[in-house]
Amino acid sequence: MTMTEQNIDKELIPILEQVSDPEIPVLSIMEMGVVRTAVIENTLVKVQITPTYSGCPAMDVIGEDIQKALLDAGYQSEIELILSPAWTTDWITPKGRKALEEYGIAAPLDAEADKSVLLEGQKLVKCTNCNSTNTRLVSQFGSTACKAQFQCNDCQEPFDYFKCL
Amino acid sequence: MKENLYKYILGIADNSLILGQRLGELCGHGPSLETDIACTNISLDLFGQVRSYYQYAAKIIGDGRSEDDIAMLRKEREYVNVLLVEQPNRDFAYTMARQFLFDVYHLLFLNELQKSKDVTLSAIAAKSIKEVSYHQRFSSDWVKRLGDGTEESHQKMQSAIDGLWTYTDELFHQTDIDKIIVSEAIGVDVTQLKETYYNLVSELLQEASLSTPESKWFQKGGKQGIHTEHLGYLLSDLQYMQRTYPNMEW
Repeated sequence: MTMTEQNIDKELIPILEQVSDPEIPVLSIMEMGVVRTAVIENTLVKVQITPTYSGCPAMDVIGEDIQKALLDAGYQSEIELILSPAWTTDWITPKGRKALEEYGIAAPLDAEADKSVLLEGQKLVKCTNCNSTNTRLVSQFGSTACKAQFQCNDCQEPFDYFKCL
Repeated sequence: MKENLYKYILGIADNSLILGQRLGELCGHGPSLETDIACTNISLDLFGQVRSYYQYAAKIIGDGRSEDDIAMLRKEREYVNVLLVEQPNRDFAYTMARQFLFDVYHLLFLNELQKSKDVTLSAIAAKSIKEVSYHQRFSSDWVKRLGDGTEESHQKMQSAIDGLWTYTDELFHQTDIDKIIVSEAIGVDVTQLKETYYNLVSELLQEASLSTPESKWFQKGGKQGIHTEHLGYLLSDLQYMQRTYPNMEW
């Protein structure tokens, strides 16, 4: 599954980039890869979004924020929630990954590395404070559905890791 | 036809709803902050999945019942979850043993449901697998840690596994509706999962220095709506707001 499966009209991109994930405000929904389709049909914009996690409470807010942003730009819109293909952390753009790191959330590794980090305790996740990889998993579940908790053994900083999905 | 599919979906979804509610009871009461957050995160995943199932069920039945009506306004006998998931939390070993015994089944089940001819069920399954893999890692980890921990933690985990064992066989019972939906290539033939399930469970129990119970006496009834006494209490909590203030919304 790649980003090319997205179908988004060019003129809508700047509008959608203004909408952020309410739980990770530095990340726009475009950088998250949450928007799958956004097309203008006559006067109506049809948008399809996909949840990161099934129970993600941010999805309703994201839908409303999209409608509001589009309305401010003069478009009526219809939001549809789709489940397939299932969202994956691979859809977070390079820019999005950078924004996560700067915000203090370690970006997801690839699936294989993620497994060894969360299951076998390998040291691959970089501390967002001092960049050391001498870090440890505190819990596989964190402050939101998409994150695990880590702590740096060097600088002691606790931080979130965006789990691979 | 649509009534059968509706009931089949409830059979899947009710397990997750009731287990999600049980885990939600630990919110603010987990043994440590991390485990508290983990249990409620798992609960949230399950509720998210349940919502997709109930939304689909409401669409299929198409008689004005909403996803919330299905979740909140049925009577005890109308819930068709397995007995395993309604068992109370008792202690943390018990909670994790229940989770582990369900997660192993859940993952096997979703892997098959993913192949369903029904595109909505297949999509929900594909989405859920990713989340449930994390649940299984978490619960397996705790079964191992407690089983292979101190004398006391070992004893508690062993007695939790022994106590819950009687509810495992029911996971692989087929109802008449199951059989119809399986024959339509929509449902999962759970009888086919049984052997793999017990192999996986025994393997992990061994790794955790726990013994696999030998008892062959199994409880059943949940899939027919005949529950243990615990479900009624759980539902009175779950349904309290809707029963007290009908049609209330956030």
